[in-house]
Amino acid sequence: MLTIRDLGVNFSGFWALKDVDLDVSEKSRHAIIGPNGAGKSTLFNAITGYLKPTTGRVNLDGQDITGRPPHELVKSGLGRSFQRVNVFQDLTVFENIQAALLAHHSRAYDLFTPGARLYRAEAEAILEQVGLKDEANRVAATLAYGKQKQLEFALSLASEPKILLLDEPTAGMSPRETSEILDLIVRIQEAQGFTLLFTEHDMEFVFAIAETLTVLVQGRPLATGAPADVRDDPEVQRVYLGGHASGGKDAA
Amino acid sequence: MSPAIEARNAALVAIGAAAIFAAIPMFFGDFAVYLGAEILIYILFALAFNLMLGQGGLVSFGHAAYFAISGYALAILLTTYSWPFWPAFIAAIVLAGIAALVIGYFCIRLTAIYFAMLTLAFSQLVWAIAFKWDDVTGGDEGFIGVAVPVWLVEPSSFYYFALGTVLVAGTLLWVITHSAFGRVLRATKENPQRAEFLGLNVRRVRLVTFVISGTFTGIAGALFTLFNRSVFVESAWWTKSAEVLIMSILGGVGSFFGPALGAAVLILLDRAITEFTQYWPTVLGIILILVLFFLPDGLIGLFRRKRAEDGDELGDADPAPSRTPAE
Ligand SMILES: Nc1ncnc2c1ncn2[C@@H]1O[C@H](COP(=O)(O)OP(=O)(O)O)[C@@H](O)[C@H]1O
Ligand SMILES: [Mg+2]
Repeated sequence: MLTIRDLGVNFSGFWALKDVDLDVSEKSRHAIIGPNGAGKSTLFNAITGYLKPTTGRVNLDGQDITGRPPHELVKSGLGRSFQRVNVFQDLTVFENIQAALLAHHSRAYDLFTPGARLYRAEAEAILEQVGLKDEANRVAATLAYGKQKQLEFALSLASEPKILLLDEPTAGMSPRETSEILDLIVRIQEAQGFTLLFTEHDMEFVFAIAETLTVLVQGRPLATGAPADVRDDPEVQRVYLGGHASGGKDAA
Repeated sequence: MSPAIEARNAALVAIGAAAIFAAIPMFFGDFAVYLGAEILIYILFALAFNLMLGQGGLVSFGHAAYFAISGYALAILLTTYSWPFWPAFIAAIVLAGIAALVIGYFCIRLTAIYFAMLTLAFSQLVWAIAFKWDDVTGGDEGFIGVAVPVWLVEPSSFYYFALGTVLVAGTLLWVITHSAFGRVLRATKENPQRAEFLGLNVRRVRLVTFVISGTFTGIAGALFTLFNRSVFVESAWWTKSAEVLIMSILGGVGSFFGPALGAAVLILLDRAITEFTQYWPTVLGIILILVLFFLPDGLIGLFRRKRAEDGDELGDADPAPSRTPAE
């Protein structure tokens, strides 16, 4: 459903991404792994219109979406979350989700219907789903870090994406929180049947969850395939995984 | 506060203020009526301005433009072209909206200080046109002797007309602020990047805000022409834009009624202090510094704080445990 050809991003002379070809198939869970600075976030930024790629094309369901602004991409079914928490800090958790729902349901230019009354049930359902129901009336900035990441995820759910890009959804979380939120993500992905493209630094979890794996090194994809095959790929062994194939966290 | 209670409280504030304003001509003389009308006009100006600043986080430094465009348009249509009142009044306001659309189209491409500077540049352009275009605007002599309809000539009749207009326009602004659009606007203010990734066209939301704000500013500008029965080129000068910014900050940009309070206080202080000293700008400067340092929520924060002490509003006192991401 997502097809990337020859994607390249050049930051004033430095190719953060180069010659990236990638196919993400419908309803799959596809992980991008690679050391820090490999270009994972840059890849997500280039796909999601946050950054204009220097070369290459991105196709979503046969439509060329290269360089289109984020708000158009979201409308065509692409959602994303950010590596750093990126929520509406001064709004309550509930208002965060409500704003997302108003945007999704194209009520942005409704000047007269009281905003507070719209999509309450839908917002509650999403909060219930991600386990933030008890925090509904708290201002986002006062949430613990892990909860903010959960809210970040919930925001992307509100737009009912066909494909969701999660950039390190568990960055900075404890192993327990990591396992909890990944469980949650997989559960919701299976229930709603969207495609998931994500980066994650914890190898153990990547191998447990991903159906397809792409290893990115210095801006270039090194190997793509089923996790077991990628793990056994001698090239990947040599360049990246080394002795950590069984789940070393320092691989991030 | 639940939305219903918030709406009820706002209605109470508006009705209370309207009742006080309505009583002024019954108990006081022409001077008070004159002062009251000026305050009403600036209340609307500040409310319209603050849709952009408070709700949208957009600092316009050129709102005098829409105030003046509508003001001149009304004067010219009524006097030069002898239009009937209502078509002229509405056309003047629509023209301010169109000007905001055109100017906004360019301004929303920029952000922060560049946005503010461009709004200023455009408003100075409007001033220059008003200044140079003698034949139509009266240039620096001003447009004197506007053909105000007879039913508005009496000070108290204009006063009640202004009160009614400000009440209707203010109510509309309140509704817009609390609408789905208002919520979305607040989200674009807080985090435009995330807002884009919710599927919001942030620039378009800002342009719509610009147009609404400019249009309502136009209503204030049109009232000002009827009030003075003349228009002077000063109404397009940048200090007019600064004035409405100061009113908003003084009253409190974070609250819907803050700027209205700021407008009333600033005009009253101006009158009171000018009686005693010629150093009004100095006094104003000191007041602003005090507000910025001690009342970050503006004068309206005084009421809020009091209410919180009474237990009406409970702040979320939870500490914010947070961890830095490992990266
Ligand atoms: N805006 C930018 N300008 C210049 N260099 C950048 C920019 N963003 C990322 N980079 C560089 O591109 C490389 C890839 O970064 P990034 O995509 O964040 O890696 P990852 O997410 O895999 O850790 C890094 O060397 C980084 O320093
Ligand atoms: Mg990254």
